[in-house]
Amino acid sequence: MRTKLSNAQIAWRAAQDIEDGAYVNLGIGFPEMVAKFQPRGRQAIFHTENGILNFGENPPAGEEDWDLINAGKRAVTLRPGAAFFHHADSFGMVRGGHLDIAILGTYEVAETGDLANWSTGPKGVPAVGGAMDLVHGARRVAVITDHVTKDGRPKLMKRCSLPLTGIACVTRVYTSLAVIDIENARFVLREKLPGMSVDEVQAVTGAELVIPSRIGDLVAPELQ
Amino acid sequence: MNKTVESLAASVIDIESGMTLMIGGFGGAGAPIELIHALIDRFIATGSPRNLTVVNNNAGNGRIGIAAMIDAGMVAKMVCSFPRSSDPRAFTEKYLAGEIALELVPQGTLAERIRAGGAGIPAFYTPASFGTDLAEGKPTAEFDGRMYVQERWLKADAALLKAELADTMGNLTYRKAARNFSPLMAAAAKLTIVQATSIVAAGEIDPEHVVTPGIFVTRIVCVPAPQQEEALLRAGAAYA
Repeated sequence: MRTKLSNAQIAWRAAQDIEDGAYVNLGIGFPEMVAKFQPRGRQAIFHTENGILNFGENPPAGEEDWDLINAGKRAVTLRPGAAFFHHADSFGMVRGGHLDIAILGTYEVAETGDLANWSTGPKGVPAVGGAMDLVHGARRVAVITDHVTKDGRPKLMKRCSLPLTGIACVTRVYTSLAVIDIENARFVLREKLPGMSVDEVQAVTGAELVIPSRIGDLVAPELQ
Repeated sequence: MNKTVESLAASVIDIESGMTLMIGGFGGAGAPIELIHALIDRFIATGSPRNLTVVNNNAGNGRIGIAAMIDAGMVAKMVCSFPRSSDPRAFTEKYLAGEIALELVPQGTLAERIRAGGAGIPAFYTPASFGTDLAEGKPTAEFDGRMYVQERWLKADAALLKAELADTMGNLTYRKAARNFSPLMAAAAKLTIVQATSIVAAGEIDPEHVVTPGIFVTRIVCVPAPQQEEALLRAGAAYA
């Protein structure tokens, strides 16, 4: 049995919480995977910062239209009812509270809801993109992430150590081990892998978990 | 009224050294490659314009477009949100060598600063960047219990933009996601120069379909079958 969820399984779990008809922004990279795992019968409407609502899958190689791309600069397609708009309208949708959910990747997230996902420090060329805008305005701001770094250190912390993207902005964290809500500046454990004890989850989490009386099993199907 | 000019060279003739230049496009979508290359041609022939401040979401890619301007030594400063790309050598090398300045702006703030510049709004408050390094030194204020950062308008001496369709009065439409920053930049620049894939007579664009009204446009030049930056990159193209 797996000891943790794969990225695809984390994305699958996050997709289960997206309602039919929700307006959704997915961060570039790993979060883009969430779109593949919408439950049957539900259809979210995806927003991209560069001015498209209701885009669909990536086209087959050779059929790309490079004027039809998402924020990650990948070619996309349109679904019926799509719309184009300029960048100020696009970020008005973000900051103005019109999106139901934004799902982002991260380096670190703090129990206060602070997020650090744009910079690993002063080296190299800094780049922020739309991350600092996206964390404000969506009704729910969720993060999908491995529970720990590649060398095993907690990514869920009391305070972030890396430069912040935003403060007190994250409402839910989907990890490779657990689903955790951020409520009143505390991590509340909602679901965990059935094979793990609460103590084992706590041991790889950098801040104290609030343990409610009922904790769900985090179970995802086998995926590619 | 006819805002059409006959040649690319004539369309960029009055862009001078030291200007702030807004350039449309997000990645390859909307990048006015022919206008940029016409400006590079002038620089190579005359040594001007140089010492430019360029406003764009990105900071060039590969060896074409904005990256080729940087390579040629025309750019002193980039104002952008994401100076990374699939091939960011041109900007990265000059930045790490201290030969080009960077003003890093959150993407939505960049768009709104440009919009404000075109709309005559000198400053506004946004939640973006509050509590982060990018808000350092900026005034903050509380509104209805939340904290916001004051940002100032962004204006330009000139804008280079790519449209799909123009009429002779400068009314514009764009192609798909190539619209991005261009309608905002058209309003925020004193001199707005547009390359359009086709130019039609006034009255031939349905007024209901105009995206950028001609009042924001100074001149237009017809570039049929324009090059697409991403397609050029994938073909390994280099300019200058």
